Amino acid sequence: MDAPRANLPPLSLHVPEPKFRPGDEADFSDVDVPPAGSARRPDTADKADSFHELAYTLIRVLDDAGQAVGPWNPRLDADALRKMLRSMALTRAFDERMFRAQRQGKTSFYMKSTGEEAVSVAATMAMASDDMCFPSYRQQGILLTRGYPLVDMMNQIYSNSADPLQGRQLPIMYSSKDYGFFSISGNLTTQYPQAVGWAMASAAKGDTRIAATWCGDGSTAEGDFHSAMIFATVYKAPVILNVVNNQWAISSFSGFAGAEATTFAARAIGYGIAGLRVDGNDALAVYAATQWAAERARTNQGPTLIEHFTYRTEGHSTSDDPTAYRSAGEPTAWPLGDPIRRLKDHLVAIGEWDEERQAAMDRECAEEVKRAQKEAEKNGILGHGMHQPFETMFEGVFEDIPWHLKEQQQQMIAERKAAGI
Amino acid sequence: MSDAAQAGTPRMNMIQAINSAMDVMMERDPNMVVMGEDVGYFGGVFRATAGLQAKYGKTRAFDTPITEIGIIGVAIGMGAYGLRPVPEIQFADYIYPALDQLVSEAARLRYRSNGDFTSPITVRSPYGGGIFGGQTHSQSPEGIFTHVSGIKTVIPSTPYDAKGLLIAAIEDNDPVLFLEPKRIYNGPFDGHYDRPARNWTAHPASEVPAGHYRVELGKAATVREGEAVTILCYGTMVHVVASTVEEMGVDAEIIDLRTLVPLDIDAIEASVKKTGRCMIVHEATRTSGFGAELAALVQERCFYHLEAPIERVTGFDTPYPHSLEWAYFPGPVRIGEALKKILKD
Ligand SMILES: Cc1ncc(C[n+]2csc(CCOP(=O)(O)OP(=O)(O)O)c2C)c(N)n1
Ligand SMILES: [Mg+2]
Repeated sequence: MDAPRANLPPLSLHVPEPKFRPGDEADFSDVDVPPAGSARRPDTADKADSFHELAYTLIRVLDDAGQAVGPWNPRLDADALRKMLRSMALTRAFDERMFRAQRQGKTSFYMKSTGEEAVSVAATMAMASDDMCFPSYRQQGILLTRGYPLVDMMNQIYSNSADPLQGRQLPIMYSSKDYGFFSISGNLTTQYPQAVGWAMASAAKGDTRIAATWCGDGSTAEGDFHSAMIFATVYKAPVILNVVNNQWAISSFSGFAGAEATTFAARAIGYGIAGLRVDGNDALAVYAATQWAAERARTNQGPTLIEHFTYRTEGHSTSDDPTAYRSAGEPTAWPLGDPIRRLKDHLVAIGEWDEERQAAMDRECAEEVKRAQKEAEKNGILGHGMHQPFETMFEGVFEDIPWHLKEQQQQMIAERKAAGI
Repeated sequence: MSDAAQAGTPRMNMIQAINSAMDVMMERDPNMVVMGEDVGYFGGVFRATAGLQAKYGKTRAFDTPITEIGIIGVAIGMGAYGLRPVPEIQFADYIYPALDQLVSEAARLRYRSNGDFTSPITVRSPYGGGIFGGQTHSQSPEGIFTHVSGIKTVIPSTPYDAKGLLIAAIEDNDPVLFLEPKRIYNGPFDGHYDRPARNWTAHPASEVPAGHYRVELGKAATVREGEAVTILCYGTMVHVVASTVEEMGVDAEIIDLRTLVPLDIDAIEASVKKTGRCMIVHEATRTSGFGAELAALVQERCFYHLEAPIERVTGFDTPYPHSLEWAYFPGPVRIGEALKKILKD
């Protein structure tokens, strides 16, 4: 390497660093939280380049007093609000129980969505039940909102004899075409261009259904994210592209996905896509933004990128210990609060709910989850023998089993015999 | 206790040995950098880069955006400048997004620029199953890369080899894919998943010198000498094979290939000509797996010495299943059945 030129200032490499590490006191006072109701709501037919400011602000509906305010207030009736609240509470109860099941050795792996329930639940409620979802691994709330049986989710988590995916996939990598829920991949962001492709197909066929997809802040770095954006804008695909910015990607803070320089919603601008930045812990804001984007998509105005600004309250997964890399105080210091508590406060504030009903609902959700778990465990837990028949391992690689897989299937059955299993 | 242990040679598991290799090299070579998802402050999801950022600073051990093609492309660019990057791909299952930069770029840079540019990068990645990781935390993609001209592929099976091979890989001026068998990070594995896990402490190859040493690339190791059959294997399977052979009382010669490209063909040829039988064991899927290449080489070079058809013991040609992991894994039963068959007459 040549020596640097002495007459020029030396370059230096910037490597991002989060504000807080273990032992630091978390202080989010510099996070800009605009007042609820302050963001304007453009017409869904407006051109994407006429509201760039919405990619840099935070669309918020619920104010500190629990009132729903401003042009984005979706004015849902109390029944819809209570359903939203219950779906979020059920998601949290489900997560608690399944996390514990993993700790008890009943399965290999689990991932919670604690603190991010609004992102999946409220968005799902704002879409039609037959719209197609291409989620990441942290949107179990979609299935729970659409009424997918808890027992089947658990059967999948346990990889047991009733697992709808035949024990083939890692726990929580659900799939259900009937519920408009695309098979979850372990490889990040692959679902993004796939969602765009589904939406393009729907448009090409003159269908009325739209698609939505979700990925994390960290996952926006993958090439697939950018491939999806270019297809989405070129073909004005009827798709909602959600970025769940929970600020952490395992141990890497969002600065390693570019968040020191700009917002994730602002990614939309360079592609000429509508971009909205939303308070992801405000279920009504998530609902309103999704509803707006869905209307845009349904009227051939093209895609919308929605950044949901939220916080990953717990570890990345059962394999992760976040106290090793971030301040333990972050989850409680996080200024946008808890999505369930905030929606509950709203219902209480408008006189449609109270503490007793909240407690009863929580008990009910816990009971429902417990009942489902009992039912699921009748079909077995991971590693305790009640799995799929061995020969099923060779099914579904192709539509028909070719000769070499048939031979291997026979070999495996012979091995089982030789081993006395 | 061996002399080395008495002389104070530290005991290391495979993670510690890999960590030590990078530490030693970063100390010696100010141009070496490590990079990858979660490798900086946190030190990697398997802790392989723990402590390196604290010791060498953020510009030499840093976290990256989650884009595997970006990680490899950037490493190639840093290499073109003159650095010696050691990128980590968090799981070998996530190397596919990086394929173009590895196959079309890293592997061919020397050739297409006639040596004007080279790609002295070492891509580390944990691979292999046996940890209930399902289909995206279990794969063995080595065969995809051995098929590409211009990339060396190295797979250690012990802490001692891991450190020596990784140092040799980093010092090598060509791109090296260094696949780490994650099932044996913390201890050797005999293939009996229902027995208690062992750690490395009792294994002689957990004595790992603290300083610099190399295990030359392209050299296999004879793990056990024998007369009845030659078994070619690497990574986790070395241990599964060794314990199965002991349990069955077979006088097998076990060869740990250690480097798949370039291959130690002399060691293979000499052994197969001696025993007259050859069995190949790998965890990867069978069709077009590295075993196919080995079988072709052995029949080309040792045909008139063979007393039985070459046997291949492999993973099945399905994605790695979650719940049926142990029916998929080429464990003691599959290896035992193949041994019986190849030794039959
Ligand atoms: C292609 C690929 N690379 C790496 C990984 C490993 N990995 C799994 S989750 C994850 C972090 C993702 O973070 P983010 O996108 O922010 O989503 P979050 O987990 O916060 O919901 C990483 C690096 C992977 N699954 N796939
Ligand atoms: Mg994240």
